[in-house]
Amino acid sequence: MALEIIETCVNCWACAPLCPNKAIVEAKPNFLIDADKCTECLGDFADAQCAAICPIEGAIVNELNEPLNAPGSLTGIPPERWAQAQREIAAR
Amino acid sequence: MNGMSDDIRRRVQDHPCYSEEAHHHFARMHAAVAPACNIQCHYCNRKYDCANESRPGVVSELLTPEQAVKKTLAVAAAIPRMSVLGIAGPGDPLANPERTFATFRSLAEMAPDIKLCVSTNGLALPDSVEELAQHNIDHVTITINCVDPDVGAKIYPWIFWKNQRVFGREAAEILIGQQQKGLEMLVAKGILVKVNSVMIPGVNDEHLKEVSRIVKAKGAFLHNVMPLIAEAEHGTFYGVMGQRSPSPDELKGLQDACEGDMNMMRHCRQCRADAVGLLGEDRGAEFTMEKVEAMVIDEEFSRAAMARRKELRDKVTAEMDAKRARARAPAPVQQQVITLHRRPASADFSAGRPVLMAVAAKGGLVAEHFGHAREFLVYEVTGEGAKLVGHRKTDLYCDGGDTCGDGESVLAKTIRALEGCEVVLCSKIGFEPWGQIEAAGIAPNGEHPMEEIGTAAVAVWHEMLAAGKLAHAAPERQVA
Repeated sequence: MALEIIETCVNCWACAPLCPNKAIVEAKPNFLIDADKCTECLGDFADAQCAAICPIEGAIVNELNEPLNAPGSLTGIPPERWAQAQREIAAR
Repeated sequence: MNGMSDDIRRRVQDHPCYSEEAHHHFARMHAAVAPACNIQCHYCNRKYDCANESRPGVVSELLTPEQAVKKTLAVAAAIPRMSVLGIAGPGDPLANPERTFATFRSLAEMAPDIKLCVSTNGLALPDSVEELAQHNIDHVTITINCVDPDVGAKIYPWIFWKNQRVFGREAAEILIGQQQKGLEMLVAKGILVKVNSVMIPGVNDEHLKEVSRIVKAKGAFLHNVMPLIAEAEHGTFYGVMGQRSPSPDELKGLQDACEGDMNMMRHCRQCRADAVGLLGEDRGAEFTMEKVEAMVIDEEFSRAAMARRKELRDKVTAEMDAKRARARAPAPVQQQVITLHRRPASADFSAGRPVLMAVAAKGGLVAEHFGHAREFLVYEVTGEGAKLVGHRKTDLYCDGGDTCGDGESVLAKTIRALEGCEVVLCSKIGFEPWGQIEAAGIAPNGEHPMEEIGTAAVAVWHEMLAAGKLAHAAPERQVA
């Protein structure tokens, strides 16, 4: 089992120093998790450390491709409000 | 600035962010080495990479500490008036302690004349105070938006604390505790602390008066209340949810209300985490890493640059000292104003109301052409003197090129930006804008080119007084 960082990552470095397994590597276009090293922090911490500090909703997913931080869970912006704002900006 | 001891004045006299006087003459640079953050603020979006936006937390390129050191030495050589290197993000500098302190360590060695400073949200501050003191960091800015966790819960959705993400009121309570503890520890070490607060109407605007009282009582020496920046396209919580920003008038009102207890900063330009140059200008594009990497920066280069900086600093400081000495001898200055402007002997200094004047300024003088001004400094002027109370950004009305065709709409925007000002002082102004500004109820004035701002503004105030314009309240102006 391992987590994965996907392309919405903004490369902010917050996660890398926290990983107890040193599984996170700087890469382009975004940081990556070495699946062989990742333990999802089991045995080390209650929460996966990368997902506990990551500021970007959806950027870290589990093996089922489910985001550990769901849309709206970190910013507090309801997803429908976000979608509406994007539509309004596009229509300008 | 009132209530500043000579000791503190010496420590801030060439720091553009800590001294209003210095900001006319000295430049700063922010090294964007600190990308990680340990909290989320509702006015911030961590997708910070943008070339065109000018607001805190935005950068064009992230630097390694080695790159930051090289860039700092290059900039400080090209701009001898650069006196300060700050680290302000794009995340939180103290959430990136290795990168931040590696940068400081090298610079303290290679450019010991450059002041080092840091800006933080405060969460990791108590753990960093010892190291800040060791590196001789003399200036620290803490962003404190609240001292009440119920207010904080509306500003900070979460923090990362002891290996967990903590939400809501509990998060705010921890953050506030750390900020206050950090402030006390810094003051105990004799480090100068500036407190930044973001004014969010309806959330913390009234509350910031209490914040100001408390941080002042704990020994912060300067409070900087800044207006919220919130646009839907920034993708921030406040931007998307439609939280409004304060008007210039509301901002000034709060700053004035806090001022009774505290030195207030009025000249902040809310710059990017990779800003370069004088406050209000950004020369970052001249110093991309690509350009800096191509430069040869050795010991001899740095030594020569340091000598040029010292020469310039000594010259500017001597000029400022001389100016201060003149100001401390009030009688001759007042007589001079009277003689120059033939103020009737019967006029009473206490009569007449304060007037807001916008100034196209450069180097502390009325030295910018109206059409070339990218910003106007706003002064509150009385017979006693002129006090900086804010600034207004504008687009260039005239860029001297062929693209002046849309000058009309830019001028209209400038006039809107000058809301509340009765006079605009500039070195020169064209016939066309003159008429439109006057029609909008603002008096253009190009009669004091290259004069010191305070002298020029007070002279104009006396002219208004003599003309009988200051006996009544300021005229209400319709804003288009």
